[in-house]
Amino acid sequence: MSNIKKFFVDRESLAPALVTLFAAIFSLLAGVVLIFIVSKDPVQSTKNFLLAPFLRSYNLYYLLIVMVPITFTGLALCVVYQLRYMSLIVDASLYTGAVVATAIGTLVSLPAGIHPAVAMIASGIVGGLIGLLPAILKIRWRANELVSSLMLNYVFYFLGSFVILYYLRDRSQTILSSMPFKQTFLLPRLIPNTQLHAGFLIAAGFVVLVSIFLYRTRWGYEIRITGANPRFAMYAGIPVTSVILYAHFISGFLGGVGGAVEMSGLYRSFIWQMDPSYAWDGVIVAMLARRNPKFVPLSAAFFAYLRVGADFMSRRGDVAFEFITLLQGMIILILASDKIVNYFKERQLRKQILKNQGGVR
Amino acid sequence: MIHFIAGVVSSSNYWFIVLRSTAPILLVTLGAVITAQAGIMNMALEGSMLWAALVGVIVSAATGSVWLGLLAGIAASVMVALVLGFFALKLDANAVLSGVALNLVATGGTVFVLFALTGDKGISSSLPSKVLPTLTIPLIKDIPWIGKVVSGQNIIVYIAAISVVAIDFILRRFTVGRRIKATGENLDAAKAAGIDPIKIKFFTLVISGILAGFAGCFLSMGYTSNFTSGIAAGRGYVANAAQVVAGGTAVGSIFAALLFGLTDAMATYLQNIGMMPELIQALPYAVTILGFVVVTWVRDRRENERKRKLFASAATKSATKKEKLHGV
Repeated sequence: MSNIKKFFVDRESLAPALVTLFAAIFSLLAGVVLIFIVSKDPVQSTKNFLLAPFLRSYNLYYLLIVMVPITFTGLALCVVYQLRYMSLIVDASLYTGAVVATAIGTLVSLPAGIHPAVAMIASGIVGGLIGLLPAILKIRWRANELVSSLMLNYVFYFLGSFVILYYLRDRSQTILSSMPFKQTFLLPRLIPNTQLHAGFLIAAGFVVLVSIFLYRTRWGYEIRITGANPRFAMYAGIPVTSVILYAHFISGFLGGVGGAVEMSGLYRSFIWQMDPSYAWDGVIVAMLARRNPKFVPLSAAFFAYLRVGADFMSRRGDVAFEFITLLQGMIILILASDKIVNYFKERQLRKQILKNQGGVR
Repeated sequence: MIHFIAGVVSSSNYWFIVLRSTAPILLVTLGAVITAQAGIMNMALEGSMLWAALVGVIVSAATGSVWLGLLAGIAASVMVALVLGFFALKLDANAVLSGVALNLVATGGTVFVLFALTGDKGISSSLPSKVLPTLTIPLIKDIPWIGKVVSGQNIIVYIAAISVVAIDFILRRFTVGRRIKATGENLDAAKAAGIDPIKIKFFTLVISGILAGFAGCFLSMGYTSNFTSGIAAGRGYVANAAQVVAGGTAVGSIFAALLFGLTDAMATYLQNIGMMPELIQALPYAVTILGFVVVTWVRDRRENERKRKLFASAATKSATKKEKLHGV
């Protein structure tokens, strides 16, 4: 009996982990191949790409900083993916959250400590409300949530940059920048003389919170059941509509808070010249984590490692930073392909059967 | 303000720009329509356009021929569609996710290639690429107002118009159109009728790739004369919303694309007189999503109405049957 149980547990957890590992290694190898194709000094570039965090301590801190926003979007997407919804509205939530935080950080005077907290809550609520939109459009008007969220991302991006340009802009600067944040708004640095800020701890806290929420509370359970089988959930008496709505609100809330944390932790004023599009990174982080928040830090770290490597390499060589999106796309394609996933599952199964037979003999 | 807009709307120049900005959207919307009819959502249209725009510029600059550039651009665009087909149909990947992944690859990949070739990340102006020619139509150009709007457009604008007819023919007049619809509506029935759904879906993907190729090349070799990073500006996504507005028909695509084109042209106009560009730029997307929501809502209500009537008539029928039984 225990053999059978172990057998199922192994098959369930090991095969997807193997696919994830395969996708990660494959993308790294593909990256190296690409570097060898375009770079004039491929060995140095490869070294910079793969070993960046270990070559400079600055890069290591940078990796930790990069993890912060993609942890937030990764968590946000874990929640909607648990519902089997494909909304990408968290991009708009994060961007608008950053704009709201900028407004609070520049215009409002509050004591230190409370100031960023207020900004985070306000940004979270605005982000959550934005997160609701595609869900409402889907429930009320059956509009495909992916399409509507992508459209809305454009709308909110333009609205946000409008607000920055016409209400919060520092006109003494030549480049687009908001007025500087008030001192009270800035999050403290964890280690002096580095950029590592307290937002890292906030992100870690949210990982714990979302994990507990999804796997240890009734509401999280309802989200997972609704995602796994909406009809069953309905017959089981779960208020499916409100589950979908609060899941989307939470997802947007996480995005909004992520935007506020970025602003108060990393920057001195709003200087995003374009949409940083952390939602796309969040898609990969959530997919690598297999919708489970507790794996988000790990996959965010891997993804941040890719980003930092690509950044370091592009600064010191002739390979453009954008090559990271090639790897990003490749990872999604591998993880989304059922046949590839099944191949690993079957292989695992075959091994297990052979082993079990051996045991019987 | 209203006075100004009225002035704009009556000017032939405005409508000239409307046709110009509608053409690329129309082409990709047609592509989205034909794949959606076969039951597969081509989310990679954005990526198709980006690669077409870049490859078109590179090849036209390298060979000096704008036509070879166009051909290569279309080939690149079709390649993207085929890769999507390979993952979605052969490896059973989620079509939407793979499409999104291919768009990511395209967004970064085009910049990556552009940088590797020119050392510039933003714009391809260092490449001596050519521009697709404009056409003056002999008789029509002399008609007072209409001539100024319709004649003198880029050749792709006319190709877009022809494509509407072509797709309409494919979907409604040819056997393959019926096969496409059968595949999209009922996969098992289509299989039972001897249709190979995978082949049909690949066919529609190739067609949509060609259409997106025209659109992409137009953006970098007609609408503007350079490739700039992110030149597709979400038009591939807009197409997937417009496809729903179009209701799965080629003629409907015209209206759906015009919805975007009208506001996009208005945005161009208002921007020129110094209206706040950020707010105006959001308009085309906002209007598209509004149209998208309204159309899905109306269609859903009509569907429900139909079902209710069906049930109601079935109920009365069974009721009369019962009455008869009891009457006897």
